[in-house]
Order: sequence, then structure tokens, then C-alpha cells
Amino acid sequence: MESAKFSSRDLVIPGDVLYEGRIRTGDNTHRSEGKVVASRIGLVNYNRDMVSVIALEAGFNPLTGDLVIGEVTDIRLGRWMVNIDTAEVAALNVIDAIDAPFRPDFDMTRVLDIGDTVVAKIVDLDRRRTPILSILGRGLGRVNEGFLTRLTPSKIPRLIGKKGSMVNMILNQTGCNVVIGQNGRILIHGRTREQEAMAVKVINKVDKEAHISGLTSRVQEYLRILKEEKR
Amino acid sequence: MSKAKKTTKKKRTTKKSKAKTRYDGRKANELRPTTIESGVLPNADGSAYIEMGRNKILVGVFGPREMHPRRFAKPNEATLRCRYHMSPFSVDPRRSPAPSRRDVEIGMVMSWAIQPAVFLEKYPRSVIDVYCEVLEADGGTRTACINAATVALVDAGIPMRDLVSSCAAGVMDGKVVLDLGDYEDKEGEADVPVAYMPKLGKITLLQMDGVLPVKTFTECVDLAIEGCLQVNEIQREALKKKYGISEEAEE
Repeated sequence: MESAKFSSRDLVIPGDVLYEGRIRTGDNTHRSEGKVVASRIGLVNYNRDMVSVIALEAGFNPLTGDLVIGEVTDIRLGRWMVNIDTAEVAALNVIDAIDAPFRPDFDMTRVLDIGDTVVAKIVDLDRRRTPILSILGRGLGRVNEGFLTRLTPSKIPRLIGKKGSMVNMILNQTGCNVVIGQNGRILIHGRTREQEAMAVKVINKVDKEAHISGLTSRVQEYLRILKEEKR
Repeated sequence: MSKAKKTTKKKRTTKKSKAKTRYDGRKANELRPTTIESGVLPNADGSAYIEMGRNKILVGVFGPREMHPRRFAKPNEATLRCRYHMSPFSVDPRRSPAPSRRDVEIGMVMSWAIQPAVFLEKYPRSVIDVYCEVLEADGGTRTACINAATVALVDAGIPMRDLVSSCAAGVMDGKVVLDLGDYEDKEGEADVPVAYMPKLGKITLLQMDGVLPVKTFTECVDLAIEGCLQVNEIQREALKKKYGISEEAEE
């Protein structure tokens, strides 16, 4: 018998049977004994021909084109190793950093040193699925100032909102410049420390309540309250 | 005379079984009061805190991340590394904080019990670290650790086939009882810890300490599985609570 075991947007836990019968398995689901089963905690989503789970807790799955914020952990011959919260440490080759081939007399620490925070783009995944980064481009490169915070990577789409509505609202209301790394690290750069603290509070609220509908309006209200408190 | 002695003994046992005979007043098939909380450590990728009777255990999960030393990484799948550690103040005569043989063994056994539920093949060459710190011990810490570690793994967003629930059963004064505490563990005849995946119906851990006839052993396993199902409900509640509360606050 083909049937759905939950209704859409119900909270499911790994091991929960979502569907029995012929259907495609979407994100965060797997097939076990002919049934479609959740493999992460999240909200179930039934489409016409597919069952998927919108994960509430998930690590970062690197894809080409993602903007990420990472920390330089090591310098090897001709490449920096950058921790971007993936299972594999990402590599940033010199050619993707200074647009010139590596020469042995080149001082790599002048561009990036160990411990530096860097905004980069994933340009490729190699055959071991190691992310290859690049810092050639506008807004990419070493971070000199700002405030770093984190958000569960699977909730980044909620922070950005539909066509960037949420992040634009945070930008306008707090007056901070926000760089969102797809890996869950967020760089906030405001004129004052209070502005930055306000943005951090809002991001924490998104992290806690990403699964409840009407998030944008609630955040709007929250921002208004925060602003009033300041006065 | 021997006959008389026998009858008195029999009388005593029947009297015991009628009343709540266990030393802490529980029924034979009753769990200790258990609470689990998920997401308690902000700096860990996933975490959980369990209180199972007087056991108090904190679990943090990190990863999947690059394995060090790298030569121990498996090329085809992730490694699940569990560290079980009892704090010096967790038991009455202070315990040395150095990892003992027992700690190492329980860590290994835990990782074997949890591994079948985790999609390790999704993260080759990496490691998932599970750190269990026993803050207060009262018997059955390995089962409590497995329960908390499972919740912490789900909280870390690691893909899993099912939750792993764990509970011990054993024999005390000739009676099969569930979820032994420290006293029953030491004074009882035997102790059978079981870890179980309820949705898949598979046992992932089965140990025994003591000597039992086969029939009693099967009874113990059946009772322990019953306990695992109860624990599973508590784990599910703990995972849902993290999201449920904020929902209520909103309404």
C-alpha cells in the first residue's frame, strides 16, 4: 500500500518511516526495506514524486560556486590549507590567490598567514572531493576586521530569505555589512560594536527558530524591539 | 528441618516479589527516571546531557573532520571514535583521571554499538569524534553513554539509519530486573547490557557479566529490549524538545 506516514512540515527523526511505496528519495532520506526513511532530523516535505527532509541539523556539503569563510591552518609548498568545516580541509593554490604561478622565492605568508580568516569561493572539487578555493574576485581574500559568528549551515537559506529579503532587512536595520559563508560562518562588519552585537542577536534568533513559519516578520518585530531597547 | 527452612525461604521471596522489592523501590520492569537534553554545548557540533537515575553524563560530538594521525583514516568510510571517560569525582573513592583499560574498552564497545546506525560511508577518510564524560556514575554508564551519544550524533546532523537505544537487564536475588543501578550491578548475579535499533529491530550490543542459564539469559535480553523501547521514546522526546519549546514560546 502506498501511503505517506506524516503530513508536510512535520518534525521527523532519523529512522522514521516517511513513505511506503514507489517514490523518489530526496535530500536526507534513504531507502530501507522498500520504505523511505529519514536520515536526519528535520521537516519532511512531500512532493508529487519525491520525499525529502529539510534538515534542521546538518554539516556543510561543499559545492562549486559556494562562498565560504575559513581559517588558514597550514602552509604547504604552493598552497594554503583552509579549514572550512568540511570533512576534508580545503586547498587554496597560489595560482588561485595571486593570479601568477608559484615561485620558490615567493613569500606566501605575505598573502595569507596561518590563523588568518579568509573569504573564498569554491571553484572546484577534486576527485577526492577536496574543495579547491580561489580568492581572485571582488570581496574575496583576507579578512582584516569584523566579527565572526556561526549558524547551522543548513539554515543559511533561511538567513538569506527569498531573493535575499531577510539578509537585506538585517543589513538595512542594523547598518552592518554581512558576509554569509555557505559553510555557516558569518562575517559581520559594522561601524560600532553595538551594531554588530545586534546583528549577532538576530542571527542567533534565526538559528533557533528557522523551522517555524513566518520567520521574516518575526525577525522584523525583533529588530524593532532591539532598536527601541537601544534608545 | 531442612524442609522448614526451605518453606521460610520461599515465603520470604514471595513476600518480596509482591512488594516493590528492589532496593530503590522500583518495579522489576521499571527504568530509572531518565531525562535527556540535546544541544547543551555551544562549541561542539552536537551534544547531549543524560541523567539516568544518578548517572550524569555529558556527550559532545565533533565532525566529520579530518583524522589525525592521518594514517589511521580509512579510505572508504569515516571512523567513529568514542572516548569514554569517568571524571575523578564521579565515583566515591576518587578515581585516577588517566584513561584505564576499562575506559578504553567501553569506548571501543560504544563505537561498535553505534556504528551500524551511522552512514559512515558518506564521509571517507574522515573521523567523527564522540566524547563522553561521566560526571557521576551509578551503574549502567555504558548504556547511558550510548543513549546520549546517539542524541548528540543526531544533533550534530550526522546522517543515521536509526536511533540506538540501550538498556541493561540482569538478575538480582533470582529475579530478572531492568536497568540495574550500581548496587544491583555489584550484588546481583548477572548484568546484560543491550543496545538496540528499534525501527530496524536489530541488536548492536550484547554483553554479559556473570553466569546465567540460557533461559534466564533470553528473558534478560527480552526485558532489556523492552527497556530500550522505553528509552527510545525518551530520546525522541529529547530531540523534539529542542524545537518544540521555541514553537510554544512563539504561540
